[in-house]
Amino acid sequence: MLHIFCPHCGELRSEEEFHASGQAHIPRPLDPAACTDAEWGDYMFFRDNPRGLHHELWIHAAGCRQYFNATRDTMTYEILETYLIGTKPQFVNQVPAIRKGDQA
Amino acid sequence: MSQTNRLPNGGRIDRSKVLNFSFNGQTYQGFEGDTLAAALLANGVDIIGRSFKYSRPRGIFAAGCEEPNAVLQIGATEATQIPNVRATQQALYAGLVATSTNGWPSVNTDMMGILGKVGGKLMPPGFYYKTFMYPQSFWMTYEKYIRKAAGLGRSPTENDPDTYDNMNQHCDVLVVGAGPAGLAAALAAARSGARVIIADEQEEFGGSLLDSRESLDGKPAAEWVATVVAELKGLANVTLLPRATVNGYHDHNFLTIHERLTDHLGDRAPIGQVRQRLHRVRAKRVVLATGTHERPLVYGNNDVPGNMLAGAVSTYVRRYGVAPGKKLVLSTNNDYAYRVALDWLDAGLQVVAVADARHNPRGALVEEARAKGIRILTGSAVIEARGSKRVSGARVAAIEVKSHKVTSPGEWLDCDLVASSGGYSPIVHLASHLGGKPVWREDILGFVPGEAPQKRVCVGGVNGVYALADSLADGFEGGVRAASEAGFQPVEAVMPKALSRVEEPTLALFQVPHEKSTTRAPKQFVDLQNDVTAAGIELATREGFESVEHVKRYTALGFGTDQGKLGNVNGLAIAARSLNVSIPEMGTTMFRPNYTPVTFGAVAGRHCGHIFEPVRFTALHAWHVKNGAEFEDVGQWKRPWYFPKAGEDIHAAVRRECKAVRDSVGLLDASTLGKIDIQGPDAREFLNRIYTNAWTKLDVGKARYGLMCKEDGMVFDDGVTACVADNHFIMTTTTGGAARVLQWLEIYQQTEWPDLKVYFTSVTDHYATLTLSGPNSRKLLGEVTDIDLDREAFPFMTWKEGLVGGVPARVFRISFTGELSYEVNIQADYAMGVLEKIAEAGKKYNLTPYGTETMHVLRAEKGFIIVGQDTDGSMTPDDLNMGWCVGRTKPFSWIGQRGMNREDCVREDRKQLVGLKPVDPNKWLPEGAQLVLDAKQSIPMTMVGHVTSSYAANSLGYSFAMGVVKGGLKRMGERVFSPQADGSVIEAEIVSSVFFDPKGERQNVE
Repeated sequence: MLHIFCPHCGELRSEEEFHASGQAHIPRPLDPAACTDAEWGDYMFFRDNPRGLHHELWIHAAGCRQYFNATRDTMTYEILETYLIGTKPQFVNQVPAIRKGDQA
Repeated sequence: MSQTNRLPNGGRIDRSKVLNFSFNGQTYQGFEGDTLAAALLANGVDIIGRSFKYSRPRGIFAAGCEEPNAVLQIGATEATQIPNVRATQQALYAGLVATSTNGWPSVNTDMMGILGKVGGKLMPPGFYYKTFMYPQSFWMTYEKYIRKAAGLGRSPTENDPDTYDNMNQHCDVLVVGAGPAGLAAALAAARSGARVIIADEQEEFGGSLLDSRESLDGKPAAEWVATVVAELKGLANVTLLPRATVNGYHDHNFLTIHERLTDHLGDRAPIGQVRQRLHRVRAKRVVLATGTHERPLVYGNNDVPGNMLAGAVSTYVRRYGVAPGKKLVLSTNNDYAYRVALDWLDAGLQVVAVADARHNPRGALVEEARAKGIRILTGSAVIEARGSKRVSGARVAAIEVKSHKVTSPGEWLDCDLVASSGGYSPIVHLASHLGGKPVWREDILGFVPGEAPQKRVCVGGVNGVYALADSLADGFEGGVRAASEAGFQPVEAVMPKALSRVEEPTLALFQVPHEKSTTRAPKQFVDLQNDVTAAGIELATREGFESVEHVKRYTALGFGTDQGKLGNVNGLAIAARSLNVSIPEMGTTMFRPNYTPVTFGAVAGRHCGHIFEPVRFTALHAWHVKNGAEFEDVGQWKRPWYFPKAGEDIHAAVRRECKAVRDSVGLLDASTLGKIDIQGPDAREFLNRIYTNAWTKLDVGKARYGLMCKEDGMVFDDGVTACVADNHFIMTTTTGGAARVLQWLEIYQQTEWPDLKVYFTSVTDHYATLTLSGPNSRKLLGEVTDIDLDREAFPFMTWKEGLVGGVPARVFRISFTGELSYEVNIQADYAMGVLEKIAEAGKKYNLTPYGTETMHVLRAEKGFIIVGQDTDGSMTPDDLNMGWCVGRTKPFSWIGQRGMNREDCVREDRKQLVGLKPVDPNKWLPEGAQLVLDAKQSIPMTMVGHVTSSYAANSLGYSFAMGVVKGGLKRMGERVFSPQADGSVIEAEIVSSVFFDPKGERQNVE
């Protein structure tokens, strides 16, 4: 069971208080009418499935009911950071070496 | 004379406390401190069960959780049955009842065993896959008998009378295993002040030290154990959990511990006590001190009772005062196993010989054995054992390990016990639960935990550190490291002195060679629990299964509750030799939680019976019960389904309830509908974006029906929203959709439109909703309210505030039945009193309570949809013929607009919601039934739609349905056919979905 730091509550809490809501940073097109069907289909249905770092949207459903983002390693399930909606992740696109000991 | 194999003295047992128990119907005696296995061995019980596939007699083989044979059914009553209990892990208690799980008519004379002897060659690996494949439909039949013959345990058929618990725990350092390394680690961490939990699966702490010949600081090792345990017990920051198996190592240092609190006391937990507890521990650091399992050697007939793991023999002799035989032959490839011969000799028993596969062993223990006159046959091994129900001899011959050959005819030695030791395997199960690949170490001939991102330290045996002095030091250092990483300041300490002695390396011998080829030699078992032989593994590799995972699945090596504890490394070694690769090239299989079987009781804890899942009741529930309601589950809610009167079935009740609503007035408890309070200056704009229709012009005091779609343009919820103030709305949702809709609003507000100032509060439980529906509802409500109900003053789709039954209420004039209706919302805790006043006043109007079934019928007569029943996530508002509810010119591109304008969503031949009227008014179309246009077409027929709602009992007097039909809105008056499973065909006419009062005139009643 993951241990997740809620950036709104400022606490590490157990996964059972949270729900994952899919990939983060999928903005709704500002002018949907200008999208082709294919573009709209991409926005609705197509998501990444990376081996390594993945930016995800989570909600603290049984807590503060606020959404936030998390950067999670899909191989180790390590969560490198959680950050507020509208901010950018610190860890991007590089798989950190698996190591013993502390994590950020 | 009972307990024939009990030694006259020794063991950590209390000989003054005699315990009676039964095994397979026979009564025996043991002592307090025994395990069930020790007591059975003390009584000379050789055969403990029959093997899984060949039904060969099997006896107790090991002394710990790795025991493959003595997997028994325990329980004195039907309700207290527990399957899959290892006799080696079950403490003996008075009145214990154990039975073998296989063997018919008994384990001693077994019919399947005879078949097994003949059929052994006929049942290679893959036998079941190959034999019982065809016809496929028969597998279920075969499987039932195969399971029975295989003799797996059974679950009780009565409710478990005991109580189980879950407990959430947090600690700084969790130490897994309380052997020498674990105790040292716990000591180091505990002295630093860290919160420590130390758990061990055995009855008492100490691990290998409980039966060790070693001394620490010149005193027996067990004394040091007692001192350490006493110190740990005295520290408030330490929790000691004996009889507690750490079974799973999950993400982010979350571990589950299965603690058996009273399993050693009796068949049932003492009154008021919890039987077992599952600890869910979040640990800052974990110290894995899980130790090692000894590997047996793989030789012919190594499964006959009387073949044992070498270390287990020492455990029974030293810890339980039991001699599992008289004359011992030991077969080994390492020094440490020599202690077994020395222990046996110390107990006054005969060591026939030690066969050592090494040519010139000179280690300290070897020399000690030699000095005591034990016959040592070097360069040799036990090739095969003799005996059917008990070992009667062993053949020892010279072998050449490199070429895998027997080099001498050997010699048959008379003995009744063959102990074998093929080296030691670190217990890497927990370390690899999260995927860390174990790494082969040639120097110790074992897999050790690989690198992993978890915050853990491996110490002692699991870390490949075997000598006692080294293990203590490694454990202490690991404890220090874990504590300081968890933020504590460790204190210096000196570990007790252990004797260090010369120990020579182990020889890499796994399968012992035989003169005959593996397939022709007597069966050489690798995995005793799953009946996997060396020949079976060779066959798997010959048949092309080269990956270790495939070999495992083809042969069942390490399957099930065994999880590869004894056979894994031997099996890998045999596969590797067969494929001519090295063991690290072969690799190992991975391990999964749980390490040993966990009872469902412990997993469920208190979450069973009526608190398995929360049940939600409305504030009026007691009234419904009093009025004879039958209930149905809607999500977690209990909703009145219908209110039968004496002698009525559901159809009669529904007909009566429908008629009462159409003729006079009915009452529905609508409290379960989701209610969301929406406030903020941008609330109106938010509604515009989230609903398909327009909200800009909805005045204060008015209400409007709205549809919600997902981005794909498909309907996902609906409901009425009322404007309380310009910046304040009350939204209602479907009963099942309340939580989903709230989260839907929140995700858009928080992630897409954080600039909109709007706030949501779920108020579903705050208000009770009483719906009065029918032509007399105005008259009835008028008797209990001060609100002006005049037609002009309180028109349709508006709401008013006032007193109802003397209580402040919001009354909405909206309708789900087509009749004049009022929905009265009252603070939930006043609702019962209001209901009683309405019911009293309603007597003269024949006020009739109705449930969800009548509600469904009445709304369907009006063609109103129920989201989730008439929709399935693939229907646009246009598909539902609800285009009137779509604001196509709203400025903001609301959710669903773009989606429902996709090419595929605007096709005219999409499935569309229509009414269906069976041509025979007495025929009822089953919900879900498929529809075709040509009933005579041969199968497969062209399906054009299906029935979504269908009602035989209603107020119309004929059966009717709603359904979706391709292009149905342009097919009014056409016929569709619904072929039924019984061969009949129901013919129906496509009609408007509004069956009743299509012009809506019923609202205009005076």
